[in-house]
Amino acid sequence: MSKELEPLADPGLPEHVHRKADTDPIAAKRAERQVAVLFSLSAAGTLLFIYSFFFIKDDVFIFLPIMGTTNAHQLGIGIGMAASLLFIGFGAVHWAKTLMPDQEVIAYRHEMKSEESDRKDLVATAKEGAASAGLGRRPLIKRTLAAAAGLAGLPAVILLRDLGPLPGNFLNETNWATGTRLLTDPGDRPIKPSDLEVGGVAQVMPALAPGKKRTLEDIAKDAVLLIRIRPSEFQLDPERLSWTHEGIIAFSKICSHMGCAVALYEQTTKHLLCPCHQSTFDVTRAAKVIFGPSARPLPQLAITVDSEGYLIAKQPFSEAVGPSFWERKS
Amino acid sequence: MTARERVAGTVANYVDERTGAAKWMRKNLQKVFPDHWSFMLGEIALYSFVILLLSGTFLSFWFDPSMQHVTYKGSYQPLKDVEMSAAYASALHISFDIRGGLLMRQIHHWAALIFMAAIVVHLMRVFFTGAFRKPREFNWILGIALLTLGIVEGFLGYSLPDDLLSGTGVRIAHAIIQSIPVVGTYLSFFAFGGAFPGYVFIPRIYIVHVLLIPGIFLALITVHLMLVWYQKHTQYPGPGRTEKNVVGYPLMPVYMAKAGGFFFIVFGITAFLGAVASINPIWLYGPYTPGQISAGSQPDWYMGWLDGLVRMAPPLETYLFGYTVSWNILLPGLIIPGIIFTGMALYPFIESWMTGDKREHHILDRPRNVPNRTALGVMSLTFMIVALINGGNDLIATHFDLTINQIMWFSRIGIIVLPPLAFVITKRICLSLQRADREAVLHGKETGRLVMLPHGEYIEVHEELSPEKKYALTQHEQPKAIALVVEDNQGVLNPKGFKAKLQARFSAANAENIAKPTASEIKEIESGHH
Repeated sequence: MSKELEPLADPGLPEHVHRKADTDPIAAKRAERQVAVLFSLSAAGTLLFIYSFFFIKDDVFIFLPIMGTTNAHQLGIGIGMAASLLFIGFGAVHWAKTLMPDQEVIAYRHEMKSEESDRKDLVATAKEGAASAGLGRRPLIKRTLAAAAGLAGLPAVILLRDLGPLPGNFLNETNWATGTRLLTDPGDRPIKPSDLEVGGVAQVMPALAPGKKRTLEDIAKDAVLLIRIRPSEFQLDPERLSWTHEGIIAFSKICSHMGCAVALYEQTTKHLLCPCHQSTFDVTRAAKVIFGPSARPLPQLAITVDSEGYLIAKQPFSEAVGPSFWERKS
Repeated sequence: MTARERVAGTVANYVDERTGAAKWMRKNLQKVFPDHWSFMLGEIALYSFVILLLSGTFLSFWFDPSMQHVTYKGSYQPLKDVEMSAAYASALHISFDIRGGLLMRQIHHWAALIFMAAIVVHLMRVFFTGAFRKPREFNWILGIALLTLGIVEGFLGYSLPDDLLSGTGVRIAHAIIQSIPVVGTYLSFFAFGGAFPGYVFIPRIYIVHVLLIPGIFLALITVHLMLVWYQKHTQYPGPGRTEKNVVGYPLMPVYMAKAGGFFFIVFGITAFLGAVASINPIWLYGPYTPGQISAGSQPDWYMGWLDGLVRMAPPLETYLFGYTVSWNILLPGLIIPGIIFTGMALYPFIESWMTGDKREHHILDRPRNVPNRTALGVMSLTFMIVALINGGNDLIATHFDLTINQIMWFSRIGIIVLPPLAFVITKRICLSLQRADREAVLHGKETGRLVMLPHGEYIEVHEELSPEKKYALTQHEQPKAIALVVEDNQGVLNPKGFKAKLQARFSAANAENIAKPTASEIKEIESGHH
């Protein structure tokens, strides 16, 4: 900054004012004692830590104001450790502030860039180096080197190929097939329409082939929510209405937005709400999105009952469940 | 000579005879650092990083990053005999069966929150004071890289325990990966080793969390600090402080004691929080299963803005030729964050272009003296804060008796309307503060003392500022707008037509300031009044 832009001349550093401890030996001695007390408190904290760690059992609870009932062992080691660290810090800072020199000193700085001649030399050296390698005169070497170096990056990418299998048709399929029984979750029992009262909700999973264990990957696609309302409350087209059974309607529980479990059902409004991003679906209108970021209704599962009166899937899901992906047909 | 001095001399000799570093070491022990509370923000981040390394190492002795199913047999009764992943079981083991394990888990988590908070506030200090200007642009970019890495590292860290809350977070990350056009489905299958959730994700992110990213962190932090050391610290304006000097305290002993002591204070406060403030009580959430969820699912605060953007996104998807593009995920999850972070990284260059200022700066700006930059910063912060508020909309709704719809619509409109409003208001405030500075320099500061003059008039006594204070308020430079050259004197049109116009427009906005008192104005007042 040029000086003429400053309307007032720089008065320079203000005169140094001595602290009490600089001039008064009694104040200095007092400061020294204060630092020593702080360091001693740190040592006391360490002792508290050791005592709490070894001698306070993990099932001792004490009552403290504000905090309520607290585990004495946890609190003892925590506070002990905190004190042992904090008071070293307080002591050191107090020492620096009261007893170490507090006169500001000036150091000078220089512009980052080098001398002009040095920079010229650098450019010359770089040019000379490049010229002696002859890259400019031998374009064939230059081009093949560039191609080779570019290609050499490929193995690093290709090596990662076996990180996982290809998706195939996986995301479009679930374990729901025509005639699959709905099993309660938890419980794994088949369910009859009479098990669910009007206003009731149940989570169900598809019955798996005997011997097959349900994995988390299965749950991530198969989880279905059953909701029973009065049939007259449905506002569905005839096809979707035929997918319900005696007022029971089934939706994928995996949010069509980002795959969270759509777990909150409000009985009075008949809305399903996803707790992650608040996409809200209207149960009476085939889970139409009425609020929030989701762009699609929850897929509806067509259900009916089998000869024994248990609820079964009429057919597989007609679309992919869960969050969208590039290859998804809509 | 005391015995201690002899030992110090011997050690110095020993090292110097083997390295020849005596001169270098002496110079650096006397290195001067300017003193200001705002210079400690970066230190907090650094110390939190050290605390994270220490507490994280402790946790790694027992944590088992495996998604194999086990049956819990530990001492936490409510989850006895529940099936869960080995990762979750070992996190419970650390919390309930390792003495000090819970404390270290909580210290680790608190340190991560403080680490990110310190980085963000440090970034704000650097931004609003213009510390990123030449020659410190590289260090600014390193800082943005550290911030970005920190967000990723924090997310991976709280995903590791595989509890119901963190698993839900991973589910969302999975959906973001899957939403990438063309390659998303493949990327998600590669990252998760197949279908979500699979068996490999936790072990994979574990090695990234404990080795890869901390390694990059160490390297970047080292370079970040070396640059600070080498370029010497910036300083606030004031008497005796110039572009050519650094005024402060020497490293040895004052700064060593202060900075060293400060490390212990940061560690102590983190330990105190870990001792009394419960954080991420994973045992309450239960193990992760994709079919369940806990209400009020919230990410850690530094991810909250991202979640808030996702929540307020319009329900937009396009289907084209049988392919799906999820704008409702891509836009808030990848595109907007991408623009924000790229813009931040490039800001030093953008500002230098807008102002045409290519000189070195070591004296910091007072934020009011650069209204445009300050307003831009507050504008960006407003954007982030609206997003962050919306990230907690469910909690706000329950706490303040509002509906989620009200908060969501406030955010959707607010995120567009409030940032420009914040810009205008901030700029006005800056200009008012400049006016106040000018007033104070010329007429002194108000004392609140009223005096009745002999003829009955009341006046308030103004106290003249000290010369030091006056200097601090007038030393700054007020930029001039770049004159727009439409055509040169030969009648040739400016080849940079549009760009030059844009630059002239920006620099004119930048030059909107309240003229600071001139030398003659000050002189006039001084000779007239007293």
